[in-house]
Amino acid sequence: MEPFIRLDAVAAPMPVPNVDTDQIIPARFLRKSRKDGYGQYLFCDLRFEADGSKKPGFVLNEAPYRGARILVADKNFGCGSSREHAVYALWDYGFRAVIAPSFGDIFFGNSFKNGFLPIVLPAEATAALRGAIQRQPGARMIVDLENQQVVDPDGCSHRFEIDAYRKHCLLNGIDELDFTLARKAAIEAFERSHSKTTPWL
Amino acid sequence: MSAAPRTLLDKIWERHAVVEREDGRTLLYVDRHLIHDGSRRAFEVLGERNLPVSRPDRTFGTPDHYVPTTSRDIAAIDESDRRQMVEAIGRNAAAHGITVFGLDDPRQGIIHVVGPEQGISQPGMVLVCGDSHTSTHGALGALAFGIGASEVSHVLATQTLWQSKPKAMRIAVEGKLAAGVGAKDVILAIIARIGAGGAVGHAVEYAGSAIRGLSMEGRLTVCNMSIEAGARAGMIAPDDSTIAYLRGRPYAPKGAQWDQAVAFWRSLPSDPGARFDREVTLDAAEIAPMMTWGTSPEDAAAITGRVPDPAAIADPERRAAMIKALDYMGLAPGTALDGIKVDRVFIGSCTNSRIEDLRLAAKIAKGRKVTATVHAMVVPGSGLVKRQAEAEGLDRIFTDAGFEWRHAGCSMCVGMNGDLVAPGARSASTSNRNFVGRQGPGARTHLVSPAMAAAAAVTGAFTDVRKLLQG
Repeated sequence: MEPFIRLDAVAAPMPVPNVDTDQIIPARFLRKSRKDGYGQYLFCDLRFEADGSKKPGFVLNEAPYRGARILVADKNFGCGSSREHAVYALWDYGFRAVIAPSFGDIFFGNSFKNGFLPIVLPAEATAALRGAIQRQPGARMIVDLENQQVVDPDGCSHRFEIDAYRKHCLLNGIDELDFTLARKAAIEAFERSHSKTTPWL
Repeated sequence: MSAAPRTLLDKIWERHAVVEREDGRTLLYVDRHLIHDGSRRAFEVLGERNLPVSRPDRTFGTPDHYVPTTSRDIAAIDESDRRQMVEAIGRNAAAHGITVFGLDDPRQGIIHVVGPEQGISQPGMVLVCGDSHTSTHGALGALAFGIGASEVSHVLATQTLWQSKPKAMRIAVEGKLAAGVGAKDVILAIIARIGAGGAVGHAVEYAGSAIRGLSMEGRLTVCNMSIEAGARAGMIAPDDSTIAYLRGRPYAPKGAQWDQAVAFWRSLPSDPGARFDREVTLDAAEIAPMMTWGTSPEDAAAITGRVPDPAAIADPERRAAMIKALDYMGLAPGTALDGIKVDRVFIGSCTNSRIEDLRLAAKIAKGRKVTATVHAMVVPGSGLVKRQAEAEGLDRIFTDAGFEWRHAGCSMCVGMNGDLVAPGARSASTSNRNFVGRQGPGARTHLVSPAMAAAAAVTGAFTDVRKLLQG
């Protein structure tokens, strides 16, 4: 997994609540191979007309936000389906972090498995960040994971909280599966006693 | 002095903690892992790392998302990439020794219908599946939640998951439900009340006399849509109904082990005085048949209501979201919900495709005809539900009325198998998500109960089903 340490990048605003994973990547693309990249499918029905032309007015179709790597969204971002493809699509497009007041739980968990950072900031702070990048299209923001802060285009910093284990894994690019496989003996010992209490399973 | 009172969640969590870290992460043991035809990527990860499946005996599956509902023949799937998804689960199951009910098996169906039906899902378990509607199985008194592909491969390889304990929330529905009001209306009313993100970070325990009064199938419907309120899991304490439901099911314990299991299950309900981080109470008598009008499950209202007016919303971002939703749905503010015309009716999905759902819909369809302009179909949740419905003559009631009678699968809930709603068409659907494009690009989905869906089919418009129940 690619480590996440610090990001200095263009941020794009998405002032819409409840952006579900069906909008992030519609179901019809889930059987496509990752090898071809999912970036082309990101927000597909919001970004493109049925004939494939770009929808005017959608944020990622506006020149200043091209190359954005930070998304500033609204509450309950990534709700709905468990499809990890939602994270793959954001990643393959170029996004590395998303800031929102709250997230769908499964999307939130999936993000960390892919080196992608979901940041929870209060609703007022995210609204202010969206306002700042709407007033200054193409403005850059800094996400500093080590110090747990987001620096907005005006230089103001906003501290965010993150679970220490997840921070450690992101900073060091640690693959969780290797981490768990190293605890195989503990799992096997647990299984032996667990089977005794629920022998019917 | 006894220990502090514990919730159902506490009791299950404590029994499954393999490793607890100081930072709050717990390595949780998984009793049962369910897989489906969308689980292909997770097996590829195992293959790339040359890892075996840790406990194939604790893993069960069935293809559901990509299966055709017009045929049981894999070769009949005309698109090769869809066909490969269905073939992959059979191949992976054979390679790793996993029990999978394939398309040729009458037990095949939607994984969240099959698990409880087979007795694979049981009280007190930690149960996971790479699908957000895994919360369904919590109806049996399990801690059941959906996971992503990376977590599926982690469970396949280790039979465990790193988790932070969710907060506990209790939603009590007290009193008696009115005639024509069922489990689907209850959960839509709950989501309308607390919001699509209202339970984020929580495991919800549903309680109260109206919940205890629901059948197991009704409880499965309620827990199924927990994720639509943002909950990590939904659960209902096991009781006599749960135990009666499980008795004799193929994978339920037998003989002396049955008695041992029942004693354990009886110990699971939350202790009196157990603390919940949040409590919400609804009055069952106030719940009417519900339908959604927008593009989030929280956009739900009683059928007696009207499309809301964005002009009345103070918050500018919420107002903008509502204008966008109504534009997508092609609805004017103030329109009466009762009377909005429909084009498609879908009765099915992991929310509402069990035998009781089909009975409720058939009761409305019986002796009536699907309106000529409406295309309606019924997709049973499993091959065994289909068989039972046919034994009861429900299939004839539906086909005589003009509904299509299909084979089991996820079908038009998510359209991955090609069962789609046309752009701009309005759908009355018993599924769980009215998201933009969920049933196909441009599809306008309204979520309703099976009885309300059948009422929409035979009247050609959303209709208060209580009018059809009279006389």
